[in-house]
Amino acid sequence: MSTLTPGFADPVLDAQATFRAVLEAMSRPGRIQRAGTGLRPPAPMMPAAAAVLLALADSGTTLWQDAGTDAEAWLRFHCGAPFAAMPAEAAFVLATGAPPVIADLNAGSEEEPERGATLIVQVAALEEGAGWRLSGPGIEREHRLAVTGLPSDFVAAWARNRGRFPRGVDVILCAGERIAALPRTVAIAEG
Amino acid sequence: MSPPDDRSAEGGGDLNRPGQTKGPVMEGYNFAYLDEATKRMLRRTILKAVAIPGHQIPFGAREMPLPYGWGTGGIQVTAAILGPSDTLKVIDQGADDTTNAVSIRRFFTRVAGVATTERTAEATIIQTRHRIPEQALREDQVIVYQVPQPEPLSRLEPRRAETKRLHSLADYGLMHVRLYEDIARYGHIAKAYDYPVMVNGRYLMAPSPIPAFDNPKMDRMPALQLFGAGREKRIYAVPPYTEVRSLDFEDHPFRPIRAPHACALCGSRESYLDEVITDDRGGRLFVCSDTDYCSGRVALREAAE
Repeated sequence: MSTLTPGFADPVLDAQATFRAVLEAMSRPGRIQRAGTGLRPPAPMMPAAAAVLLALADSGTTLWQDAGTDAEAWLRFHCGAPFAAMPAEAAFVLATGAPPVIADLNAGSEEEPERGATLIVQVAALEEGAGWRLSGPGIEREHRLAVTGLPSDFVAAWARNRGRFPRGVDVILCAGERIAALPRTVAIAEG
Repeated sequence: MSPPDDRSAEGGGDLNRPGQTKGPVMEGYNFAYLDEATKRMLRRTILKAVAIPGHQIPFGAREMPLPYGWGTGGIQVTAAILGPSDTLKVIDQGADDTTNAVSIRRFFTRVAGVATTERTAEATIIQTRHRIPEQALREDQVIVYQVPQPEPLSRLEPRRAETKRLHSLADYGLMHVRLYEDIARYGHIAKAYDYPVMVNGRYLMAPSPIPAFDNPKMDRMPALQLFGAGREKRIYAVPPYTEVRSLDFEDHPFRPIRAPHACALCGSRESYLDEVITDDRGGRLFVCSDTDYCSGRVALREAAE
């Protein structure tokens, strides 16, 4: 096993700063926030994705990831979260490669939609001001977000995810140290 | 140890944490009082609450060093989001100088060393009991409501299992009947506070016991709104720019109620007023409930004279 890199330099304040970045991203879908500055998680995990999991995952949440054994050892040590065998069983799903089908993840129930999973997807790039047109709660008129590196059928899958509200999956997109979030309420129009 | 500054006259030693706002904070407590596992649980709940606007989410409310009914829910939400660079304002019925507001502000000064303020414009986090400040909130602010009863249907259907089902079906006929019965009996909807709202057209939500006068401020507010109920152990949220509609009928539209007077101190005819009894012969006056708004207007007028 390779040497384990450190987690947050300040577990208390770094977790708080990361959470506020995620909260801001989730409250204003399509606005890009920064998270994970200074973190060196094992490849292919990106600093932002690692920070989100350090801040939110622990022994009370099940985790599924596709980032390999080094990442698993890192997450086991720093988060202490139990790993799920299947993405459908996990509260947090980390996708560093092709993301699992959203419809296969836990979407919660009509009475307890909060049990829906959080899908953390690593993408090649995130840019504001171009690409998708986002609307919904948290957005005054329209936010634009360009995402590079998602499967071509993502927008169609997202429309189906949004269609079963209040059930659904929430997505956090990570690119390096940048994050943007897609709560299940947000509508995505292409171009 | 650094000398005590003007906003924290008491407290123990320095926490000496890098990046921490300086100021005497109590030793032996984690930043913002709660342990990290509790904060993570609260933070996960808050994120799901933002993703499902108006939906109440159960959480493991902790025992806090103040009794139920004094803001245990609000204080836990504030502790979960608070950081060293935040400036905290706490109001109780609009006032910054009441016991509840002063003690919660002092609590966070002592356990988190954060800056506090009484000015709405300077605050990044505003914890409130039963009011929304008169001054419009901005995108860089978060308002945290203390909620005694998060379930808007509680007086109509006491069984939690049943209200959960009604929310899942978006079946809010009970509440419409309740409002209709008011109209049949009194000729108008006789609910002056905790007036039920629909959030994003889906969930019926208790806005906490703010006056109905404040309800329109919740609609498409630029600031994030978080709600914490400690005794009832529920958290819910309204994201920025989200539709919040007060329930009403086409022929009985919602009307915010305000005492038809001007503030005795600042003369405002727009703000929400408290009635103050001045003697035992029927003497009374009306003053702004929002003390920061009122004193700001008085200061402006004095500067102009």
